[in-house]
Amino acid sequence: MRGQANPVRAYGPILLMAAVLGALPLLAASNTLLNAMVLALIIALAAQGWNILGGYGGQFSFGHAAFFGMGAYCTAILQTRFGVNAYIAFAAAVAVGSLVGLAIGYLSFRSGLRGSYFALGTLAFAEVFRILANASAFTGGAAGVLIKLDVRPETFQFASRAVYFWIALGLVTAVMLVNRWIERSRFGAWLVAIRENEDAAKALGVDTFAVKLKAITLSAAITAVSGAFYAQYFLFLDAGIAFGPWISVEALLAPIIGGLGTVFGPVIGALGLHFVSEMTRHVTGRIPGIDLVLYGALLVVMVAFARDGIIGLLMKLRARLAGGRA
Amino acid sequence: MTAGGDVILSVENASRRFGGLLAVDDASMTAGRGRITGLIGPNGAGKTTLFAMISGFIEPTAGRIVFEGADIAALPPHRRAIAGIARTFQIVQPFAGLSVRDNIAVGAHLRRPGREHALARADEVGRLVGLGDKLDDPASDLTVSGRKRLELARALATDPKLLLLDEVLAGLNPSEVRDVVPVIRSIRDTGVTIVMVEHVMQAVMSLCEDIFVLAQGRIIARGGPAEVTRDPKVVEAYLGHGAAARLVAREGADHG
Amino acid sequence: MFAPDIILAAVLNGLMTGAVYALTAVGLTLVYGVLHIINFAHGAILTAAMFAAYFAWKAGIDPYIAVFGLAPLFFGAGYAVQRYVIGPSSHGEDRNILLVTLGLSIVIENALLAGFRSDTRTIDVPYGFSVIDLGFTFLSVPRVVAFGASCAAAALLWGILTRTDTGKAIRAVAKEKLGASLVGIDVAHVYAVTFGLGAACLAVAACLLLPTFYVHPRVGNAYVLVAFTIVVLGGMGSVPGALIGGLFIGVVESLSGLFLGESLGQIGIFLIFILVLLVRPTGLFGARA
Repeated sequence: MRGQANPVRAYGPILLMAAVLGALPLLAASNTLLNAMVLALIIALAAQGWNILGGYGGQFSFGHAAFFGMGAYCTAILQTRFGVNAYIAFAAAVAVGSLVGLAIGYLSFRSGLRGSYFALGTLAFAEVFRILANASAFTGGAAGVLIKLDVRPETFQFASRAVYFWIALGLVTAVMLVNRWIERSRFGAWLVAIRENEDAAKALGVDTFAVKLKAITLSAAITAVSGAFYAQYFLFLDAGIAFGPWISVEALLAPIIGGLGTVFGPVIGALGLHFVSEMTRHVTGRIPGIDLVLYGALLVVMVAFARDGIIGLLMKLRARLAGGRA
Repeated sequence: MTAGGDVILSVENASRRFGGLLAVDDASMTAGRGRITGLIGPNGAGKTTLFAMISGFIEPTAGRIVFEGADIAALPPHRRAIAGIARTFQIVQPFAGLSVRDNIAVGAHLRRPGREHALARADEVGRLVGLGDKLDDPASDLTVSGRKRLELARALATDPKLLLLDEVLAGLNPSEVRDVVPVIRSIRDTGVTIVMVEHVMQAVMSLCEDIFVLAQGRIIARGGPAEVTRDPKVVEAYLGHGAAARLVAREGADHG
Repeated sequence: MFAPDIILAAVLNGLMTGAVYALTAVGLTLVYGVLHIINFAHGAILTAAMFAAYFAWKAGIDPYIAVFGLAPLFFGAGYAVQRYVIGPSSHGEDRNILLVTLGLSIVIENALLAGFRSDTRTIDVPYGFSVIDLGFTFLSVPRVVAFGASCAAAALLWGILTRTDTGKAIRAVAKEKLGASLVGIDVAHVYAVTFGLGAACLAVAACLLLPTFYVHPRVGNAYVLVAFTIVVLGGMGSVPGALIGGLFIGVVESLSGLFLGESLGQIGIFLIFILVLLVRPTGLFGARA
């Protein structure tokens, strides 16, 4: 982690990227493009959440769907069953999502789950939620939940896709800023220390259990934001969407492709992945699963050849160019 | 001897059993404030286990570990670090992906929440141990001696009252040992108490003021360097049964 | 409550399923015991094997015959995947291996989805509905065959591990990798052989499952966590543990299906998995990060 002393150099690029992306709807307001962008930003948010725990903390979760789904179901059910205002439901969903993160983290880290076992444990939690949501009448069972279409700002529903896009972009940007702030904080330094060597961190006075708990709670909260926004945007979800393995996989894939433990990694990864998947759909037509074949292959290739992701490749390129000039 | 002096750490009748093996058996030792205390013994004597009990990575099955008047035997490692005990690892454990400065800053953060303060302290400690020109390098690029220095620096950055060194000189060549020894002495001179487990006898003899000798899990001797090396029990523990008698016999023959 | 003979029937049925579970778990535990990796692609390989068996049947070969061709075929494929994909691309780090095998499972599963769509396929063999009458319940013949053949396959594997030179090399590598390589054992080869044996177990399991089960690109998913549960329950790397664990989980699934209903039945397995992970971490996860 480079602790840039200069706040402009630390936060400037994030705001610049937000400004450039934010101008997009003004230039090319095709609904298809905006739709794809909103979905990519939702994935980016889920991935940013994963990246806090997995990228910085080195704790690879295979079950972030648990938090995504909790956010999505809470926001939907509070509105449909209890008539709660959409914004309050959204906030409550994030709170519940982070509590679930705290609970899963407490159980897992208390028992010393690490590495592959932590991955499998989180996956099992997500699967339990999926089966429960699919079987329970309270969550609408296999039929899922439909949020009533009622396009008003008060209900967090908008006619223009550009508005959703801007909100999603705002959320992603806010998380990036928080992310950068963490990088420059003691919490961040301790989190990275745990990733690099947990015993050494303990010896230096790091309460590794507490730091990991904070990380998974924050991570779950961000991924729950992603889930809640997903529900609010598509107005429909079922157990497979909310708690299915697809979102767990995308949430971990994007940071690995983009760059683990970096501010831009998950965002670049998510945008890149969705660009690739749209392209494949254009080329191959609508063959189910073909984009995922590509995702899987990309995952293997990145782990094999580019462990620092796209960001790592860019840094290497920059170093080479700088070296060439000198 | 430390007896009667100001004792910062005392291990009181500590034992540790692993299944059927009694690795440390009713061991007691003390460390005087501001002094360098050595813990030596042949391979398999239980030094590493005793050391781990003091640093909190292994809990004793019996006995007390008293630091600054409080029994800390049940405290986890990070709480001991907060209390003022820092340790190094025999097998160095750098945060390989981080720079030397960021490595040391992790330690410095213990008492400095602010990033800037921690980084400034990291620079200071880095220079103290002789890593001043390598602060921006990745820790994974350091040589063996550089990594040992990094272990020292990180531990030191936590501002400990008691520094536990686990074979910090092992694996260094003689000239590197000569470089690191004064660093350890200068740390003591800043008021930090040091307890070291060490194999490099020459360094132990020149650095340590008090020495405890562990063999087969028991403390068999204690005293100053000269005292300990003359102790027949120590000679036997290192060289085998009857060795002391043979040595005396040979010395007698040489003089005769 | 249920009558005792219904429960007894459920237990028997559970044992039948459990034997096949055990066989899938044996492959997984073997790979873990030797390579110390969690093979996340285990379920996807099982799916691929089931498709292979399905198409063999389409070509007129009964699964019980096809098994003799598919087991060596999958041994070879497993060998190649470990030797040329997983081994080189993971740089020897646990986390990478986990990601690489996850990537492989995504590729295999979705390639099957792209190729064969999400139709559910079943085969129709003359003995598919034959039963043995026990008086209080009926046992399906293919499931009894699966039970017997799984036990036989596990015994055969045990024989290979304990009696052959290759088996001895495998056990040597499992115990002490460095030492094994020092006495001249080709560790990369042994790794690949072990992975191949794991894949061969899956091919056998696939052929035994097919007459009473269906094929679907995601069918292996259901087995991954089940197999992991068994492996964790039986002790990572223990072949006998996997056998007993498999039978136990089969019975648990059958009984929780009986008491909780079809849709919630699987939850019993996941809860056991989580519980075992959380309650018995020592020894299972030891020092390995």
